[in-house]
Amino acid sequence: MPVLARWIERAGIPTVVVTMMPALAEERLAPRIVGVEFPYGHPFGMPGGTSMQRQVLELALHVLAGSGGPGTRVDLDVEWPVPLREAYRAWQPKEASPIVKVLLETGKRPD
Amino acid sequence: MKVDSYRFLPRSFRSFYEGRGSFAGEDEPVWAPFEKRLQESRIALLTSAGLYLKKTQPSFDLEQERSHPQWGDPSWRAIPAGVDAADLAVAHLHINDEDVLADPEIALPARLLDQLAAQRVIGGAATEHISVMGYQERSLEGWRDTTAGEVVAHLRSQGVDGLILAPA
Repeated sequence: MPVLARWIERAGIPTVVVTMMPALAEERLAPRIVGVEFPYGHPFGMPGGTSMQRQVLELALHVLAGSGGPGTRVDLDVEWPVPLREAYRAWQPKEASPIVKVLLETGKRPD
Repeated sequence: MKVDSYRFLPRSFRSFYEGRGSFAGEDEPVWAPFEKRLQESRIALLTSAGLYLKKTQPSFDLEQERSHPQWGDPSWRAIPAGVDAADLAVAHLHINDEDVLADPEIALPARLLDQLAAQRVIGGAATEHISVMGYQERSLEGWRDTTAGEVVAHLRSQGVDGLILAPA
């Protein structure tokens, strides 16, 4: 996703990536990054959590419009309101994804 | 406060993501200045949650991914801003889709963006947002050669001034 953002940005459209993995987005040189410490599948927050969703979206808009140069990263200071162990289990698919099955069987990605 | 990028990732997978550096051939900064005020700007959203319109659009190709685990469908779907949650489906094998089906705004906050437009926080929202399926071949060939250009053209045709991308 950070690389897709770069290609769109290079075509002239400013981008911001809202991500649970801002360190990865930084390594991939996404132009603007908003970090959220939320479980996968929930970049804008909790289902039905309009106020949290708005907080993330407004931060993304301000980073999109107000950043001074490439590599801007702002992290949202909001803690996920579910205990870690529960949230960690909840985001994962009921069945391991095809690539994860390979990883679990072989310990490495099949490149 | 600094976000822990690996808080929700299984510990054994961390090494697959950490310290990988830049993508091949993408090691220089890119930058398109945001020229207008937000109140005069049209904004679009892009999600990688694999959302699609279940009555009128094909699903992302999960069968091909199941038979070729290192492959991910690189195509994209246009998602109307006013779509009902009931008309959306999710094709993504890497997340539990229950929450996003219950409230797609957690991945693609199109209604919220429309509200911000109505409140003049932004000038306007795109009428069609973008959905992709986030798990991709490592080369990103399909996104690079086809999807990125098509998405840019679709955004330009709507006069979009800025894009918010959110990996699922």
